[in-house]
Amino acid sequence: MALKTISLWTLYGLARGKATSRWRGRGAEPGQAGFLGLPRFNPEKCQEGCRKCADACLPGAIRLAPGAGDERVTVDYGRCVVCQLCVEACPSGAFSSSEDWAFGSPMREDLVWTRAGASADGRSLQREIRRVFGRSLHIRHVDAGSCNGCESELQALNNPYYNLHRFGVFFTASPRFADLLLVTGPVTYALRGPLMETYEAMPEPRFVMAAGACAVSGGTNGGGYACGLGLEGVLPVDVYLPGCPPNPPAIIHALLMLLQRVPQRVRGGQLRSGSERSGDEHA
Amino acid sequence: MSTAPLAVTHEDLALSELPPRCGAALAAGARMQFMYGWFPDARETPELRYVLHPARGRPPHVWRCQPRGQPPPSLAPSAPLLSWYERETTDLCGIDFSGQPLPQPLVLLPGAVAERPPLMPGPAAGLRYVPAPQPLPELAGGAPQDVQLLPFGPVRADVLESTQLAFLYIGEAILHYYPQLFFKHRGMEKRFEGMSPSLGTVLAERVSGVGSVAHSLAYCQALEAAAGCDVPSRGAWLRVLLAELERLYNHLHYLGYLCHTTTLKVGEAQGKYLEELAKQANCRVSGSRLLRGLIAPGGMRREPVLARLAADLAHIEGEFQRYADLLSSTNSHRDRLITTGMLGQQLAFDQGATGPVERASGVDRDSRRDQPYGAYSELPLRVAVQEGCDAHARQQVRIDEIAGSISLIRAVLDGLPDGPLLADCRLRPGTEGLGWAETPRGTAYYAIHIDAGGRLARVKIKSPSFSNWRVFPYTVHDTNMMDYAINEASFGLTVAGCDR
Repeated sequence: MALKTISLWTLYGLARGKATSRWRGRGAEPGQAGFLGLPRFNPEKCQEGCRKCADACLPGAIRLAPGAGDERVTVDYGRCVVCQLCVEACPSGAFSSSEDWAFGSPMREDLVWTRAGASADGRSLQREIRRVFGRSLHIRHVDAGSCNGCESELQALNNPYYNLHRFGVFFTASPRFADLLLVTGPVTYALRGPLMETYEAMPEPRFVMAAGACAVSGGTNGGGYACGLGLEGVLPVDVYLPGCPPNPPAIIHALLMLLQRVPQRVRGGQLRSGSERSGDEHA
Repeated sequence: MSTAPLAVTHEDLALSELPPRCGAALAAGARMQFMYGWFPDARETPELRYVLHPARGRPPHVWRCQPRGQPPPSLAPSAPLLSWYERETTDLCGIDFSGQPLPQPLVLLPGAVAERPPLMPGPAAGLRYVPAPQPLPELAGGAPQDVQLLPFGPVRADVLESTQLAFLYIGEAILHYYPQLFFKHRGMEKRFEGMSPSLGTVLAERVSGVGSVAHSLAYCQALEAAAGCDVPSRGAWLRVLLAELERLYNHLHYLGYLCHTTTLKVGEAQGKYLEELAKQANCRVSGSRLLRGLIAPGGMRREPVLARLAADLAHIEGEFQRYADLLSSTNSHRDRLITTGMLGQQLAFDQGATGPVERASGVDRDSRRDQPYGAYSELPLRVAVQEGCDAHARQQVRIDEIAGSISLIRAVLDGLPDGPLLADCRLRPGTEGLGWAETPRGTAYYAIHIDAGGRLARVKIKSPSFSNWRVFPYTVHDTNMMDYAINEASFGLTVAGCDR
């Protein structure tokens, strides 16, 4: 009987066909239709003396610096949690919703504010990454106090639709086998130690990715009596991936970018022109 | 406006009245839900609140107590589920309970020191922390040298949330199990303080990411209760739609993960694939795969996009039927679930199990029906209950709830009333409100107090995983290692919601 049902599962699985979506690699991945990502900012539409966007921004991604007109507004996508409240608050349409997902960057300043220190490994090995990793990557994930939203999307990477293994990218249990430390969450007081121990246990060369607004900047949840502000000042970061949470193709893109298999798409807080809209031919 | 929240009743109690009143309430069939402390007008001593649910169809009832320098009596001996809330109140508000059976810190890890209790008025200093071992029970008799301690975590295998699991075991047999939670304690309740109530919605969505809808719903309903504001019908119906979409993708994920632990590979892949289809439908409806950014105090921020939802739902439902039938008829899968992780009905009730976990132990409770909110009383809601008390019953409850959620979503699509989405929700200073919602994991409560300036003075979050993690170890003691992963998956716990 048991044998019968198991072969039934095999048939059932085969009958379901191939579920994996096609990876286009141009930022227009299937299955992401309707996604409201990082709002676009057009400072030319800003109204003098208005601060409604900054007041509506919980994580402080939009700030007002002293100055006049459009110079005043600074936008840091590393803090953005894609709540879209700035779009609703803005009376003049300077912020508009977009389908831009969060895209990874090796430089924190590409997401706007401060300079990021890429690790020594990252700098010295940049030309050699292909040779060292042979286009493959093993990841050790550490949850440093996330809301479980990022984990939900990381777990989705191994579903049949995204099928991360086809890229030669794997999650590994032991840090001893890991090339990349993928960190989520704002780094709580209690997880800082285990996070550092995991990093120390990894062989060199090793890389670090801050995934999600919490790990990049603290997001909405960082700070306070129990949390830090993400990986800032904790570990040298090689790829910053904002978003709350970043959707699975954004994570795949950032991983492939680290392996130099795709180019970086975000600079100066703006996506490079091209077809960055999501496709949706898959039903 | 058929959606006015149930009016919560309040009562002042003297400390000495607490134990007899608690005993009487329990004898009358009530359940204590949670308790918390807060500091009205930045006072030095906290006021205590006890929230109980008297009976089906009745609103929650709240007891207010003023300790005034005297330690309040612990109610844990008669209502054991309150034990964790009391210990948390000791950690965060700095007040001891006399007669608390286990007076050791809960939310603060062993070795963590707060200069002053973090929830006391004013800014809280960062916690100081030198990790220390968790005190474990002493072994008596037998051959204690044969007993091994396995501390697993906090960084676990695969992509999992951080928590440490301590097993005391001999060979395959687990003698004692202790989950060291709260590595992920982020001080979320404190983060709400001083914030504008409408912005707090964004934070409530980020307490437990896979419960974004239910958490923000409970939060907003608490604000609406405080403001005395009625959500327009259309807004209330659409909230049901979002909440049931959330249950749908969570339960599909649950089935995929459960199959992972019973090593049913195709079942795992198919469960996760169906979850992905549901998340893509979420994205088309709301712009967010986790359904964030639509719920606001007073109703909904904007219209969701429903054009393709009926078709998406039909596709998922068709695939799910076959999948559920196969799961129910696969003996290798069922064998691993039946009698695994037994949780008796009395234990489930006394220790505060909630959601599918208690309903799988024959406890017929669901806040959507028992304390109706939003539009649930106008919609065809069936509460799934199983008597099996094991991992299999917990799976079956989820399978039934997936079918139930699909019918509810369809009923909303068919009968969605026209009208406005959002009512003006203006909060008066010095008010308070209690809100609740049935998350995919059980009942979440938000208790909210507004300060004199109209900002948030205190937000207490009662998350379902806090309740279910408390219950879970009772199903692990005296079982075996091989069943552990299956049992844990069958509970469907989150750490983020518990640790906050």
